[in-house]
Amino acid sequence: MMGDTITMQVSRYRPEQEAQPTVQEYQVPLRKYWAVLDGLNHIKDHQDGTLSYRWSCRMGICGSCGMTVNGEPKLTCATFLTDYDPGPVRVEPLSNFPVIKDLVVEIGDFLRKLPRVRPWIIRVEDKPVSEGEYLQTPEQLDEYKQFSMCINCMLCYSACPVYGLDPQFIGPAAIALAQRYNLDSRDEGAADRLDTLIHPDGIWGCTFVGECTRACPKDVDPAGAIQRYKLTAAIQSIKALVLPRGTR
Amino acid sequence: MSAPPAYTEFHPRWYRAPVRTLWWLRRRSYFVFILRELSSVFVAWFVVFLLLLAHAVGRGDREYQRFLRWADDPWVIAINVIALLFVVFHALTWFNLTPKAMVVRLRGTRVPPLGLTAPIYLIWAAVSALVAWLVLGG
Repeated sequence: MMGDTITMQVSRYRPEQEAQPTVQEYQVPLRKYWAVLDGLNHIKDHQDGTLSYRWSCRMGICGSCGMTVNGEPKLTCATFLTDYDPGPVRVEPLSNFPVIKDLVVEIGDFLRKLPRVRPWIIRVEDKPVSEGEYLQTPEQLDEYKQFSMCINCMLCYSACPVYGLDPQFIGPAAIALAQRYNLDSRDEGAADRLDTLIHPDGIWGCTFVGECTRACPKDVDPAGAIQRYKLTAAIQSIKALVLPRGTR
Repeated sequence: MSAPPAYTEFHPRWYRAPVRTLWWLRRRSYFVFILRELSSVFVAWFVVFLLLLAHAVGRGDREYQRFLRWADDPWVIAINVIALLFVVFHALTWFNLTPKAMVVRLRGTRVPPLGLTAPIYLIWAAVSALVAWLVLGG
């Protein structure tokens, strides 16, 4: 039997008033199709307008509403309250990020790292628009499609203990997105991304804990992307050592 | 009310949750990760053990016999048993990683993960059997 309400224990942090987060409890209606985000919106609209959190699309695409729900990094729009019945549901900000207020974390670190892997199509020479599109077969699309599903929600960073211990680590999503372009048949920028990726803060920082892949709401498999790139990079280094210039 | 806020460039003071000493007990995968990191110590131990063996063999029969007596000590056996467990664990994590790192295609279709791990386990079993036969039976 489903109860009428469920208790939400929400982490509050008011930097002007307190030195560390506290927990505040709210009772919200327990409805069959309510996500954790709907619970937060109910609190904001009807109980406590001072609660701060990020959200936008409510449909698992914008990647804004990532939070820690009962200890697990989750998109709150895709995590249902009924799955936690009879409660309580604990909602905290994403771990491994500094907290600005309540459930809002500072994401500048990720946003500065992302362009370092050049996640866009790089061409040695662009062909003029008049020559038409860069064509691609369905097989070529399949090569990278999985990695292109990333929505930059940062749940993987929150799940990654390496990032938690060493914030210099470039992180799962950035590497997965580098692979998304490296594996794209239209791209010619793999060599440009190599230095960032094989830096000690790049792929070799990863010790294959695998939590990023488990946390990913879009089945991107960043852990797989990283291990795959490790092999590519290792082969590349051996080639650089063994083969004469020009044949690599 | 506690300490007055310190201000960063754009925001009032950010809260950074401290990393707890026992953070790696929070989740099974974190614990396995720490065990795997620790396994490298035991891999190094086997390297040292092998070097000591080679060194003893190089210095003649008496040294070799002395090495064998030392290796028979209960505490050396205990360390080696623990080291073996860690090294087996270390190897298994590598075997299971292989299908993640390697994309192998046969006639255009991607070989499923089991298609890559199964041969590795078979080769491992065969080599182990060969070594066991050489050491114990041969």
